[in-house]
Amino acid sequence: MAGGFSVSRYAPERGSWAKLTARDSLTRRLDWPLLGAALALSFLGSLLVWSATRNRDHLTQGDPYFFLLRHALNTGIGLALMIGTIWLGHRTLRGAVPILYGISVLLVAAVLTPLGTTVNGAHAWIKLPAGFSIQPSEFTKITIILGMAMLLASRVDAGDQPHPDHRTVAKALGIAAVPMAVVMLMPDLGSVMVMAVIVLGVLLASGASNRWVFGLLGAGAAGAVSVWQLGLLDDYQIARFAAFANPALDPAGVGYNTNQARIAIGSGGLTGTGLFEGTQTTGQFVPEQQTDFVFTVAGEELGFLGAGLIIVLLGVVLWRACRIARETTELYGTIVAAGIIAWFAFQSFENIGMTLGIMPVAGLPLPFVSYGGSSMFAVWVAIGLLQSIRVQRPMSA
Amino acid sequence: MSNIPETGRTQRVQIRLIVIQVLVFSLLLTLGGRLWYLQIRNGDEYTAEAAGNGVQQVVQPAVRGSILDARGVPLADNETRLVVSASRTELLKMKDDGVGVLTRLADVLDMKPQDVRDKVRLCDSKTPQPCWNGSPYQPIPVTDEATTQQALQIRERAEDFPGITAEPTAVRRYAAPGKARTAQVLGYLSPVTDEEIQKAQDGPSPYLRSDQVGRSGLERTYDKELRGKAGVTRYEVDNLGRVMGEAEKDPAVPGSNLVTSLDARVQAVAEYELAQAMKTVRQETDKITGRKYEADSGAVVVMESRTGRIVSMASQPDYDPNDWVGGISGKQYAKLTSKKSNYPLLNRGIQGQAPAGSIFKVVSASAAVRGGHAFNDRYNCSSSYSLGSQTFANFESQGHGPITLGDALKYSCNTVFYRLGHEEWAKDGGIKPKKDAKNWFYRTARDFGLGSETGIDLPNEVKGRIPDRQWKQDFWKANKDAWCKEGKKGGTYVQQIAYESCLEGNQLKAYDSINYAIGQGDVLVTPIQMATAYAAISNGGTLHAPTVGKAVISPDGKSVQEIKPKSTGKLPVDAQTIKDLDKGLRSVVEPGGTAAWRFGGWPQDKIPMRAKTGTAQVYGKQTTSWFATYTDDFTIVMTISQGGTGSGASGPAVRKIYDALYGLDAEGNQDVKKALLPKPQKALPKVQPDGSIHAPKIKPYNPVPTQPEGQEADPENLVPQPPGQPGLTGSPAMTGRRP
Repeated sequence: MAGGFSVSRYAPERGSWAKLTARDSLTRRLDWPLLGAALALSFLGSLLVWSATRNRDHLTQGDPYFFLLRHALNTGIGLALMIGTIWLGHRTLRGAVPILYGISVLLVAAVLTPLGTTVNGAHAWIKLPAGFSIQPSEFTKITIILGMAMLLASRVDAGDQPHPDHRTVAKALGIAAVPMAVVMLMPDLGSVMVMAVIVLGVLLASGASNRWVFGLLGAGAAGAVSVWQLGLLDDYQIARFAAFANPALDPAGVGYNTNQARIAIGSGGLTGTGLFEGTQTTGQFVPEQQTDFVFTVAGEELGFLGAGLIIVLLGVVLWRACRIARETTELYGTIVAAGIIAWFAFQSFENIGMTLGIMPVAGLPLPFVSYGGSSMFAVWVAIGLLQSIRVQRPMSA
Repeated sequence: MSNIPETGRTQRVQIRLIVIQVLVFSLLLTLGGRLWYLQIRNGDEYTAEAAGNGVQQVVQPAVRGSILDARGVPLADNETRLVVSASRTELLKMKDDGVGVLTRLADVLDMKPQDVRDKVRLCDSKTPQPCWNGSPYQPIPVTDEATTQQALQIRERAEDFPGITAEPTAVRRYAAPGKARTAQVLGYLSPVTDEEIQKAQDGPSPYLRSDQVGRSGLERTYDKELRGKAGVTRYEVDNLGRVMGEAEKDPAVPGSNLVTSLDARVQAVAEYELAQAMKTVRQETDKITGRKYEADSGAVVVMESRTGRIVSMASQPDYDPNDWVGGISGKQYAKLTSKKSNYPLLNRGIQGQAPAGSIFKVVSASAAVRGGHAFNDRYNCSSSYSLGSQTFANFESQGHGPITLGDALKYSCNTVFYRLGHEEWAKDGGIKPKKDAKNWFYRTARDFGLGSETGIDLPNEVKGRIPDRQWKQDFWKANKDAWCKEGKKGGTYVQQIAYESCLEGNQLKAYDSINYAIGQGDVLVTPIQMATAYAAISNGGTLHAPTVGKAVISPDGKSVQEIKPKSTGKLPVDAQTIKDLDKGLRSVVEPGGTAAWRFGGWPQDKIPMRAKTGTAQVYGKQTTSWFATYTDDFTIVMTISQGGTGSGASGPAVRKIYDALYGLDAEGNQDVKKALLPKPQKALPKVQPDGSIHAPKIKPYNPVPTQPEGQEADPENLVPQPPGQPGLTGSPAMTGRRP
């Protein structure tokens, strides 16, 4: 290392293998159960997506592996994004948060311009060349978390005050409100709901006063009522709620999704029909089965054991995330982790809940499992953030 | 590392993080619980639902078997027609309930839009025909007479005609070979109803929604054999109904063919001659009422004497069974079921009942023999028979002196049987029957098969009635209230009768027994019962359950299941008495006999003919003509309601049927080549290796010009007959159950 400067003044130079395996090395400090569970979910997801799309020729252009390969590719890109995030570190990223936030808001806004396209009633996509499209709201979930965390934690982490003051909380809410308003206009109600829960989680973890927390809950309830009363919902959204309230209402129309999803899951029994063997899946009775309704494939073909495993793996991810949130010393890390927990937990609950008929239908992907690039990238970035929070924690200082 | 790290964070955040964790895991637990509920608790229910989800049934209707005559001539078969059908379920999905589509369809089919709409509406108690009384889930035929052009228009513009199909379909055809309609015997089909589907669901032969079911006649009796089994293929389908695989295949099995003992040629003759006889007699004036004969209905049965097989069975009025094919129109249905057209759906051969009149005398003669009266003893044929103040007259009040029972048949002497019937009644104790009353006259009638169904293989046969003591009691119980209300001492004739009936209608009176002895009063018989009884006399005493079906032949011809003649009993008299009866009946067509004038020139030495005429009186109506005849091979019984005398109205027609059977001309010369059926057809028609059946060509019946009326006149109708004592007939002549 002639004439070079060393990366670390504290550590002696070591070989690269030694670096990876050293007691204080990055790899040793990674949360492996978290990574393992996320990888397992992505792997299961690829099988389920494959099964769901194998004979949907109109989607696959005749290539049964089309979605399998893409899902694997998305997972790979997601992993790379995670590694990049860890490499950069959440603290480094902290400096870039205003820029990232700005970009995400612009992208979300771009959806409302002619660049955006509509999928399933939600105008939430930007079409890119070569058949790709992105869903900016997925990334916005991250930037809302990062932006709010940066604001809320800055003075607390600096040691100026034990809790964020009202002014800071108000500003932080403003940061969330701008992209949420845009997403609401798409309208992508599901994403707005997730973002609202994220905001709640972030506020809780930030130590903001109870008045804010309960005030937000109250505002959420009031908002929901007024949205309903003022007729701001589109017909398709009202129909989804009606179908949730009474699935037998119109089994061929709006109740169809819920009904068929429930039949698919219910018919799986303990062990399921076996991969590729589900009649509901091969018969394509459940719409959107590779994305929002991917859980029904697990339910039918892998049974209670397989579908339960997905819930358990999600539980592992959330358990590790909770540990990370509790164990980090900085409020910033805690808030980011809590935001991610709120995001994953609510989105998973809503997604699986709607297939089980205990939640209304909303177009939300199941983290790691559902097919979809934007969602996959976003959740892996989130894993990267969680790992980074853990890795960059001072070692038993 | 401890759970509470050395951070500067407050307790508040720490607690809230735990709250978040608890919330998160309760959400996951909720999901797990719900998953368990759906998959383990209620899994079976959803498995069943999923199984029903992805399976589509495709039904290939089975081709219904043909009904053939004894030589293989099809009486009922199938033809391919272009059937245009509308699916109600599809139409109702449209905003205007399919009115637009039906209007366009009417335009293409050159029909009135209203007519098309009427055809596809569902029948209920308030909806008049036309309407659909089959399953509402089954495509409803709008027409089965679409042209190729129309069918192509509908199929090419499928987007204009959602829910409408135009497909070649096998449709029932009643070919009426040689103009033999055979309407009531063949019966008809109509679509299966939802209730029937439900009822037969778990049985051995469940119905499909597309099935047509035999409603009457042979179509009904042999429905199971003729129907075959529709093919069902169950496909696994996806959400758009695209076939992913075949789950199960049950190929269609065509129905078996039914070979009958009917001969289409003889049937044509019988139908023609029956109709002709009724037409002729309507020109004649009834000397009793002074009106032209009504001849409102009639029937003729031609039976093989030795087997009870039906060679021909005609009933008037009749109808064209093809009216039922493809859904009956409202007008036609009204016509078939109206009083005005006198219910042509009824098969009078088995559903028409009337007092037997003198053809009953074979029963009375047998009863007398059983009661200890020797057949060839002499019995006084006085000109009248007195009972107290009442006088029962003979025909034309003519006496023949002491004669045998055989001669009593020959001359149709009433007084001989009046006396015998009365004596037997008295011997039994009169109105107060002894405990060991023999009731020979009534028992013998029952032993001849009267008063109960013959068991013919046609549905809804009626029983007739033998008015014995028990019946009297039952009938009085059922009616006494009405009689007592209506009856009036010293009132009109009807009121007087009702009054008497109210008081003692439960007693078998002397005049009941006297009337009964000549087949009058309350006795009711059907043509098939009389044919069975006379055939038994012909064959030496064996009663048969008559059969129309002769064999069921599988569609490939490999399996032939013969329907054997079924004996139901023996006549209750010994062989000698049967010979005596036979001799007596033979003398009826010989000089002096009541039917002799109708059998001039008959080759009695070659083809011995036996006959008995009957002229039954029905209160308030003209007399019913009965004519029961047999040769060694065939038995023919004919009746015409309100048709006059037995030999007068029915005689020529019966003779012409025999002429056709044996190939005789009006002078009685036999031309065997012209004979349609000199001997009963024994062999079954030949089945080709491919399962088809060779059918000989049929020439339509060419009736011989009516034999010029000779000087001989109807001995039964010389003088107006004084009305005897008509009994209280429970039902008018020729009534029957509606099918």
